[in-house]
Amino acid sequence: MILTLVRVSWTNLRRDRVAQSLTFLLPIIFFSIFATVFGNQGQNSTAKIQIALIDEDGSELSRRIVEGLRAEKSLRLRTTVDAEGKGAVLDRTTGEQLVRNGDVPVAVILPKGLGETAAAFGPSTNSVRVKLLADVSDPVAPQMVNGLLQKVSMTAAPDLMMEGGMKQFERYAGTLTPQQRAAVDTWLPQMKPAASGGSKTGGADQAFGIGVDTVDVMRQGRSESLISFYAAGVGVMFLLFSVSGASGSLLDEMDTGTLDRVLSTRLGMSGLLTAKWIFITLLGVVQLTVMFLWGRIAFGLELERHLPGFFVMTAFTAAAAAGFGLMLATLARTRAQLSGMSTIIILTMSALGGSMFPRFLMSETMQKFGLLTFNAWALDGYLKVFWRNAPIVALWPQVLVLSALTAAFLALARTFARRWETA
Amino acid sequence: MATHHDVLTVTGARKRFGDVTALDGASLALREGELLALLGPNGAGKTTLIRAIAGRVQLDAGEIRLFGRLLSGRKTAPELGIVPQELAIYPSLTARENLEAFGRLQGLSAANVASQVRWALEVTALADRANEPIKGFSGGMKRRLNIACGIIHRPRIVLLDEPTVGVDPQSRERIYDMLAELTRAGVSLLLTTHHLEEAEARCARTVIIDHGKVIAAGSLAELVDQTVGRHRVVTLRVNTPLAAVPPGVDVGVEDARVLRARVGDVARDLPALLAALSAQGGEVEDVEVRGPSLQSVFIHLTGRELRE
Repeated sequence: MILTLVRVSWTNLRRDRVAQSLTFLLPIIFFSIFATVFGNQGQNSTAKIQIALIDEDGSELSRRIVEGLRAEKSLRLRTTVDAEGKGAVLDRTTGEQLVRNGDVPVAVILPKGLGETAAAFGPSTNSVRVKLLADVSDPVAPQMVNGLLQKVSMTAAPDLMMEGGMKQFERYAGTLTPQQRAAVDTWLPQMKPAASGGSKTGGADQAFGIGVDTVDVMRQGRSESLISFYAAGVGVMFLLFSVSGASGSLLDEMDTGTLDRVLSTRLGMSGLLTAKWIFITLLGVVQLTVMFLWGRIAFGLELERHLPGFFVMTAFTAAAAAGFGLMLATLARTRAQLSGMSTIIILTMSALGGSMFPRFLMSETMQKFGLLTFNAWALDGYLKVFWRNAPIVALWPQVLVLSALTAAFLALARTFARRWETA
Repeated sequence: MATHHDVLTVTGARKRFGDVTALDGASLALREGELLALLGPNGAGKTTLIRAIAGRVQLDAGEIRLFGRLLSGRKTAPELGIVPQELAIYPSLTARENLEAFGRLQGLSAANVASQVRWALEVTALADRANEPIKGFSGGMKRRLNIACGIIHRPRIVLLDEPTVGVDPQSRERIYDMLAELTRAGVSLLLTTHHLEEAEARCARTVIIDHGKVIAAGSLAELVDQTVGRHRVVTLRVNTPLAAVPPGVDVGVEDARVLRARVGDVARDLPALLAALSAQGGEVEDVEVRGPSLQSVFIHLTGRELRE
């Protein structure tokens, strides 16, 4: 008897393609996504980090640091306003703006006088220190750039660093004797690297690094954390689930015959879909508002300061999500099919689009690939509002894409819904 | 085909779905204020015909006229009310909310909806449960509400697809009383059903469709004349199997003591039959005389083969 039930269960599973997909396909899809996104972390093939570099010093040391950083395989330097190397040379203001806009995670500023005083090893308050303007929503890039700066400064210009060190020594310990000076002069050129490759490792003591100040340009005078990111990420993912569930009422109504009856009234299919879309959009707006309100109450999210931007993003996000749900519901033949299909698509989009982990932790290729998802555009918009403090007008790319997606989803839903119309 | 009494006529309706011919030249006429039964085995084309009249299926050929007006386009005519076989109502709403919703969808103004809802609740005897969610309704109550939602806009013609399926005899009686009330008010009803006794008892005329064609139409008497004839079937039970039986009498296959014969005139032929059996030594224990029924007409026309 037990075996009979086992056989019945097996037969049910064998004939249920949705259950098979959820059981076997979904884990494989997720494993593949995570493996692709994180599998290369720590290897040489890790995506390059683009940084802005502003050389205000123009000294031999700063020139060598620039060359050394340029030679680093894990970095891509940007020194001009234009990303393609054209336009004006970056200065402190334009570099900071690039960080604020999210174009680069870090801007390195080599201030005037660095070459003169970089060799003031240790915590000297008089020394000119490298400024690292960073967006700490990316916790990895500033740390990595800082480490590379230390490495490059010692490997690309050990002679200059030692020369500066000797000057410091003479300042506090007295002038070198002629014999000592002769020995140093003989020894110093040997420290000069044969080439400016800067990738030579070892030899330089990390304790002799240059001073670096990291400045978080996004949180100056503000106490906000990344709560907004998580509110948006989780909110958008669950919005997609709830809209696909709500859109599934179409399939329920098809099963009960209510859909056919409604279509026999004065209301046509376009009217029916419009009514559903309006309702589901409003539902989405309320759902996201509740999520952000909870963020305000429980985690101190600064909702009031960003209300206009929040409502713009919420309205367009909910509208597009409602269109997406209706498209799935009109495509699916049954509730079970809708449930399986939406689970696979939404979780995949959420993983790629940044709802589960930030896109800036992904490789550049995966970040671009993520832009194919609904989530990425919605989350980018919310981050602009809450994290980058961007004006509403700066949301135009996200609003444009979400509007286009809404139109495309609704057009597809209308096309798929033809099967319910007159045969 | 149309007469001045006909409110709905279907002429030469043809419809194919891929390789399947659903309608193959079907024609019928519905008269003003009548309850017309549309009968047929499963897959005969009843639902396709109803959906075509409702504008939910586009015919490949043929025409449908409503009050003489040729129906075209994909919209359901406002004079029509549709009552589907499924319980096409919103389960979370109350009876009143369902009626209000479908009233508005049928284009009734807010002011009209209130009075129409009152009327529909009275007709369906649901007034005292109007404000309860229909989840708790019995099957019969849901069926009545299903009909009410189809007539909320006071259509002049109502198409009912199996309106009494799955309900108890009391509820069926109530539903047919509702339908009779509508016909008395001049509403014309076209009804599909598999309950042949109900169709025989309640409908003045019947249309039988099979393989997409109308194979018979008329009153029961007309159908009987056209098919099985007016003879009666007499079933007798004798005390012991007989060695020989009179001509025209069949012996039961499972029980040789059960005999069947067809008689044209009961008063004249039955005494003669009883006398003949007595002469063969048989003592008659039981006699049943059965006249022609819609069931016999239906089976005669559509056969006993199962339709899956």
